[in-house]
Amino acid sequence: MVWETVIGLEVHVQLDTKSKLFSGSSTTFGAEPNTQAGIYDLAMPGTLPVFNEAVLRMAVKFGLAIDAEIGRRSVFDRKNYFYPDLPKGYQVTQLAFPTVGKGSLQITLEDGSEKVIGITRAHIEEDAGKSLHEDFQGLTGIDLNRAGTALLEIVSEPELRNAKEAVAYLKKLHAIILYLGISDGNMAQGSMRCDANVSVRQLGATEFGTRTEIKNINSFRFVEKAINHEVRRQIDIIEDGGRIIQETRLYDADKDETRSMRSKEVANDYRYFPEPDLLPVVIDEAYIEAVRAELPELPNAKRARFVSQYGLSEYDAGVLSSSREMANFYEEVVNICGDTKLSANWVTVDLQGLLNKSDLEISQSPVSASRLGALIGRIKDQTISGKIAKAVFEAMLGSEQSVDEIIESQGLQQVTDSGAIEKLVDEVIAANPEQVAQFRAGKEKVFAFFIGQAMKVSKGKANPDQLNALLLQKLKG
Amino acid sequence: MALEKSDVEKIAHLARLHIDATEAQEVASRISSILDLIDQMQSVETSNVAPLAHPFDAVQRLRPDVVTEKNEREYLQKIAPAVQDGLYLVPKVIE
Repeated sequence: MVWETVIGLEVHVQLDTKSKLFSGSSTTFGAEPNTQAGIYDLAMPGTLPVFNEAVLRMAVKFGLAIDAEIGRRSVFDRKNYFYPDLPKGYQVTQLAFPTVGKGSLQITLEDGSEKVIGITRAHIEEDAGKSLHEDFQGLTGIDLNRAGTALLEIVSEPELRNAKEAVAYLKKLHAIILYLGISDGNMAQGSMRCDANVSVRQLGATEFGTRTEIKNINSFRFVEKAINHEVRRQIDIIEDGGRIIQETRLYDADKDETRSMRSKEVANDYRYFPEPDLLPVVIDEAYIEAVRAELPELPNAKRARFVSQYGLSEYDAGVLSSSREMANFYEEVVNICGDTKLSANWVTVDLQGLLNKSDLEISQSPVSASRLGALIGRIKDQTISGKIAKAVFEAMLGSEQSVDEIIESQGLQQVTDSGAIEKLVDEVIAANPEQVAQFRAGKEKVFAFFIGQAMKVSKGKANPDQLNALLLQKLKG
Repeated sequence: MALEKSDVEKIAHLARLHIDATEAQEVASRISSILDLIDQMQSVETSNVAPLAHPFDAVQRLRPDVVTEKNEREYLQKIAPAVQDGLYLVPKVIE
């Protein structure tokens, strides 16, 4: 039986504001417990919420970036439930009239094709505090620093068809959020959290299968693993004649499995109603246009520009526009060295390789854009060959010296003096009469041997183009 | 619309209210009479009326994104029944 996977994602993004959604408490990460939990956050009687304008602006900004309908009039609601990390006994959220309505996100699949994923809505809501269950003599410790921090919950349509698409969607969302500067997107610190609704059905079926919701997925890698695990589990159950129970499951990264969160005594019944302490939020066209004017160039637009302006392949343009930092770094390198394709190769291959190896972000790159640009400039003006450049690049890592100082001090300048290259070629030809005979007998593959020998003698410094030409000329006699 | 005693017990549980068995029956009939009034209101033609989110005809004021609260943990935790290492302690809630 052929199965199709259906996935919808709910992504909570912690908005990067200084103060909370409805109070003037600080939102700094990692503060001492409860030092950022004021009277409103603690739900002291008589305290009232006042809506943070930066939150509204960030939500609208996100809405415009995904081409969404912007709610001209959004309404806050109370979602009622009791839990000690939720002092008010309700979470303020938006149910019927969210700030961001229907939009869409274009993702790039592994084969390079594009797919548009619908976004149902994105609503503003409060985060809860944290419960710590260890070490308190059988009691639970509550830290309310995070309580009341502003979240944007972004809900996708069930249009993702496998775990890789889900990861591509999440990465695109992550990139857009960072481009917009509305969140630091740090998944390890919980600034971006993902719940996945997963179901399977026979390929071609029109009805959805029963879904489960997987919570607690906090890295791109885990999203893929958790979904794949859950899909296998569901298919196994159905093929064994069982049926899927609609439930919430928790992903355990250590064991690479999902397990059922014991279903609540009483099924969720949040008894939503409009939040009487807040009036409807009304946004006019002028506000929306002002926010639109603040929008930066977004990943897709940047990728298209990189293709047309710099002549890059779709693939390279995609990699280079995947984050704003990467794109800025690349453009700075190009500005310095003037070679768009060499710059693309160096940034996506050599630099990215180095960053991956040392698990660094581009913002932490040990080689600055100006130094990399200077290095590529020296390849371009033929001071050094591309191969020698790799050695200089290595040398740059442990050194404060400029590119030119490294080339100078290690005597790495390319030999472009045709007299010197000719001498070298003559030497190599004289030393290998057997191979010369082979070449002249039509075995052209031997040419590579000569290039290798000549490079070895010149310690890699001979200009490859000149060497090629001279060698060919001399060998053909 | 008539509310059963069991409905009242469920609502009371969700709201964490204690209502004993003898009260529950009376509360059920009182809430039922409120629901009857709502049933009556439901019959009014409202298709041309926009849903009301708030009785005030006003819009939400916004606040600039500025930190205005100070750290008052010590003062606020004086009234808490139990604290440790800056945390509020509550009965264990993990399932």
